[in-house]
Amino acid sequence: MSIEDKVIDRSADLSQPLENLGPDETLKAHSDYLRGTIARALVDPITGSVPFEDNKLMKFHGIYQQDDRDIRDERRRQKLEPDYRFMIRVRLPGGVCTTEQWLKIDSLAQQHGNNTVRLTTRQTFQFHWVVKEDVRPTIQGLHDVLLDTIAACGDDSRGVMCTADPRDSEVHAELARLSKQVSDHVIPKTRAYHEIWYGAERIATSEPEEPFYGPTYLPRKFKIGFVLPPSNDIDVYTQDLGFIAIAGPDGVEGFNVAIGGGMGRTDNEPNTYPRLASVVGFIPKDVLVACTDAVMAVQRDYGNRKERARARFKYTIDDKGLDWITQEIERRMGRAFEPARPFTFTSNGDQYGWHEKSNGRFNYTLYIQNGRVSNFPGRAIMDGLRAIAQVHKGHFRLTPNQNLIIADVAAEDRPAIDALLAEHGLSESNVGSALRLNSIACVALPTCALAMAEAERYLPDLVSKIEKLLEANGLLDEPITIRMSGCPNGCSRPYVAEIALTGRAPGKYNLYVGGGFHGERLNRMIGENIGEEKILEILGDLLGRFARERQPGEHFGDFLHRSEAIEAAQRLGPHE
Amino acid sequence: MTAHEFFPEGALTLEQWQHLQQLSNSLTPEQARWVSGYFAGLDAGLLRAAGGAAAPVAAAEPAPASRTLTILYGTETGNCRELANNLAAAARDQGLAPEVFDMASYKQRRLKDEQDLLIVVSTYGEGDPPQPAVDFFEFVEGRKAPRLEQLRYAVLALGDSTYEFYCEAGKRLDRRFEELGAARMFDRVDCDIDYDEPAANWATEVLAKLAAEAAEKAVARPAAAVASAAAPQGAPAHDKRNPFQAQIIDNIPVVGRHSTKETRHIEIDLAGSGLRYEPGDALGVVTANEPQVVAAVLEAAGLSTDAPLSLKGDATTLGQALERHFEITAATPRFLEHWAKLSGSSDLEALRAEDRASERTAFLYGHHVVDIVRKFPVGGLDAETFVAGLRPLQPRLYSIASSMASVGDEVHLTLSPVRYSLHGEPRSGVASAHLADRAEPGSTIPVYVQSNPHFRLPAGDAPIIMIGAGTGVAPYRSFMQEREVQGAQGRSWLFFGERNFRSDFLYQTEWQTYLKDGVLTRMDVAFSRDKAGKVYVQHRMLERAADLFAWLEEGAHVYVCGDANAMAPDVHEALITIVAQQGGLQREAAEDYVRTLQRDHRYQRDVY
Repeated sequence: MSIEDKVIDRSADLSQPLENLGPDETLKAHSDYLRGTIARALVDPITGSVPFEDNKLMKFHGIYQQDDRDIRDERRRQKLEPDYRFMIRVRLPGGVCTTEQWLKIDSLAQQHGNNTVRLTTRQTFQFHWVVKEDVRPTIQGLHDVLLDTIAACGDDSRGVMCTADPRDSEVHAELARLSKQVSDHVIPKTRAYHEIWYGAERIATSEPEEPFYGPTYLPRKFKIGFVLPPSNDIDVYTQDLGFIAIAGPDGVEGFNVAIGGGMGRTDNEPNTYPRLASVVGFIPKDVLVACTDAVMAVQRDYGNRKERARARFKYTIDDKGLDWITQEIERRMGRAFEPARPFTFTSNGDQYGWHEKSNGRFNYTLYIQNGRVSNFPGRAIMDGLRAIAQVHKGHFRLTPNQNLIIADVAAEDRPAIDALLAEHGLSESNVGSALRLNSIACVALPTCALAMAEAERYLPDLVSKIEKLLEANGLLDEPITIRMSGCPNGCSRPYVAEIALTGRAPGKYNLYVGGGFHGERLNRMIGENIGEEKILEILGDLLGRFARERQPGEHFGDFLHRSEAIEAAQRLGPHE
Repeated sequence: MTAHEFFPEGALTLEQWQHLQQLSNSLTPEQARWVSGYFAGLDAGLLRAAGGAAAPVAAAEPAPASRTLTILYGTETGNCRELANNLAAAARDQGLAPEVFDMASYKQRRLKDEQDLLIVVSTYGEGDPPQPAVDFFEFVEGRKAPRLEQLRYAVLALGDSTYEFYCEAGKRLDRRFEELGAARMFDRVDCDIDYDEPAANWATEVLAKLAAEAAEKAVARPAAAVASAAAPQGAPAHDKRNPFQAQIIDNIPVVGRHSTKETRHIEIDLAGSGLRYEPGDALGVVTANEPQVVAAVLEAAGLSTDAPLSLKGDATTLGQALERHFEITAATPRFLEHWAKLSGSSDLEALRAEDRASERTAFLYGHHVVDIVRKFPVGGLDAETFVAGLRPLQPRLYSIASSMASVGDEVHLTLSPVRYSLHGEPRSGVASAHLADRAEPGSTIPVYVQSNPHFRLPAGDAPIIMIGAGTGVAPYRSFMQEREVQGAQGRSWLFFGERNFRSDFLYQTEWQTYLKDGVLTRMDVAFSRDKAGKVYVQHRMLERAADLFAWLEEGAHVYVCGDANAMAPDVHEALITIVAQQGGLQREAAEDYVRTLQRDHRYQRDVY
């Protein structure tokens, strides 16, 4: 049977009536294009929260309702509702940000965000701790500097990523522009956002409000990223749709297209799993938007809307078959993929410190632990970056590893930047074990509702303990990626790391090892639901073997993959 | 089965039994239920006719045919809800009439009346219950849990065996119900993540037994009597002179972190006291002075704590008397007069002049007994002379924050200890601080009920408008509890004011539930310190003037509780303004309107 004749199961997709699909589909369809009762809920004075349905809809506006879980129980006894707060995620395509925008973000964080802001693994800003009545002023403040939060969360195309390499060139700049162009193209078109947050009048129109998405949007979130080899900093294999730029002497020629990556899994649900994206072929640059539309439309029309845990594009591909999906994309794109062009990745980490660009100007990458911009004793990151933004003539780039590039600095301006870094205790930020400089943790407790264990507040301590093991084995300068998530959903992209921990319960994690150093291979679980002592025992053993038995230049993950060390560790038994 | 299998030896003669069997066999199930009710009613009548002295016919179980069945679930992800709903559907198929509740919204006072209870609950974290069920667990596992001798139960526990505390939440309830005297119908079944099959087996087995029992007993067994426990007669009446030593059940803060208040919620056990109260009443608390305040006064006066003293013929010591019988914090005009004479101070004497009332008030506001004694020392005092100027210590009254219909033999208070600094020393209100600081759960305090017939819910379903700031919200909690239990249909509207939304929204989650359930129709709040401009309850009333006036015109009763100095006059003024504005009346006419409300008992105040 040829692929054309293949019978495709349509029992769980958009072709079905709403009552046959999951409850979120009805909610979206009845939301009046993401309006719901959000505007009314914002002014309900009896609660600091919004109703269940509006909370779901607000995600499409880039806002999550959370609460301070550290004091949830205490407040329950005080007969008070949880301390509800809102997380607001900015849409910042490619992580590019002007100094003016930085200063605005900084002042909004001081006014409404508990004096802190977070740089995320998808290259954007997140405010936490915003109370309900401050959500609107925060979004209006962002609007002042031409930023918005549209589709930063929700069942839609999320923020578009783009390689942020300090050794950058004109090609990087072109890629950043393309990521912005695609992001502007794929976001929802409903006027709900302008009405609710900016107070715009509702305009009567006979035009469809969402010509592409329709009233039920996508089955689930959809992530797009651009990458420029040899850096794989955006972890292109974890994107639903990845564009691997192929550059020639005249700039970007086109892209290898990778589809169906995704990190999320659910414990004890074997039909959920992380998947690496598949490279399906090459497209010339001018087909970029048509290709994006085609891929998203296939997911829109065929994605599983019955079972949310199976709604990501990766499952659509595995359920329908990669060949069939590829052909369907080609049909909608109106052309076939060309054969993929060769490329090589070397790392998914960041390059720290000063780097000279091809045009003779300079970029500086500053390591920011867990992306947390705040003032710490002796390290005034927030004050320091504000001071730099006030004098910096270039711009900023947020990296996919939650770090910051002070971009486009003239040679004569370098001393001023260095002086400000020193003045705020940030000169030594980039000095640390190679493990620490390659670490990522998600936010987790106390604000994330999904977290089952600590991540951001715990990983730095755990890394200090692993550093002792590295030191004992002479591995302090060996770059090893380590990533921690408070739950199995994988915001820190754990399943491609060489060492990964995902939270199961307070103090308990699943331990994974053996991912590829540049994000090309998934890792494997070798410890389930274990505590710190056991984690250190297993890692101590594996790092010891690595130091003794590795081949020259071999990465930790590659060694484990080659050497059966994983199997040996698994035989020890994953349980405590 | 033979008829003899259920022959109740000793309860009936064989002949009676056979008659009954004959009748039973001719009945449809509906008729059988009717007859069962008939005998139950007849039996109760016989008991009453015999002055309650007749012994129950047999020490048998209560009529099994009328045993109620409740299914209670605790869930975070919905698995247990689904199981519970399936279980209920299966039970209905078998002719049973189950009620299904989420532990999150289950009325805890129902528990003592449950008869057959099936529990489906999952476990999280370190053996914890599902988050929405935490309150229920705290209640069941806490000291306020009722005895459950009437109850039969069975537990289906869900869990994940990769965790250390596998199915622990289910195990906890299973253990606890046994401790409370309930009878376990079936051994608990623990289910791992693939729970479908064991859960289904459990359901089949449990329902088969319950259905068989109900079917059998509905036709085969006469209803036995349950002796009704009459209220104990001749219990000593407790009043102000003879307060009841009541045990503190709970004493918890009801303000959150960073609050500028220390407001506490106190629950007190009245069991065995015979005390009854109505919503709107106050609780009198017989209080005592802080030992350090007594010591400071004694030192200032140069008197010994052991100095003998006769009080109304009873011998005591000065220290005892100052602690228990006299007000020794705020000074009264009488004390001023007394001390002016003793000290011979011309300053004090001058303050007594008739035309110096406002200076006198200011002086007394700024000077406690101890301050006056220090400032105007008197040498060679004796105990009798000293106490002659003091006012007897009065019990403190607190508006009750609960309804007996809802909380049974308990009484709840909401209080905010009065603390301030005077002359460089921390000072506090006598009883509020005493209660807040010293009323540990398990300790006792002397209490009585102070009836307040001028603060009563209207009969029937008239709308009510409740206005309260701070702890003034207390009686409205009792109103809502009462109306909820009564199933009252009347509309209600609460205006509540405090300082900060996040920390000071007293009983926030309870109001939210009352709003959701429609017990409370609407609510407006005013938090004075959240924003630059201070907003108080009267401002919210004025913003809602049109609706508020409409409610008045529709017969609403208005209540005001809380601060007498600022809030009550401001609210009164706001009411007059609203009536004038919305009713198109001149000021005098509006005042008349409000006076008429008062005269008709539709405008009642409890201010202090």
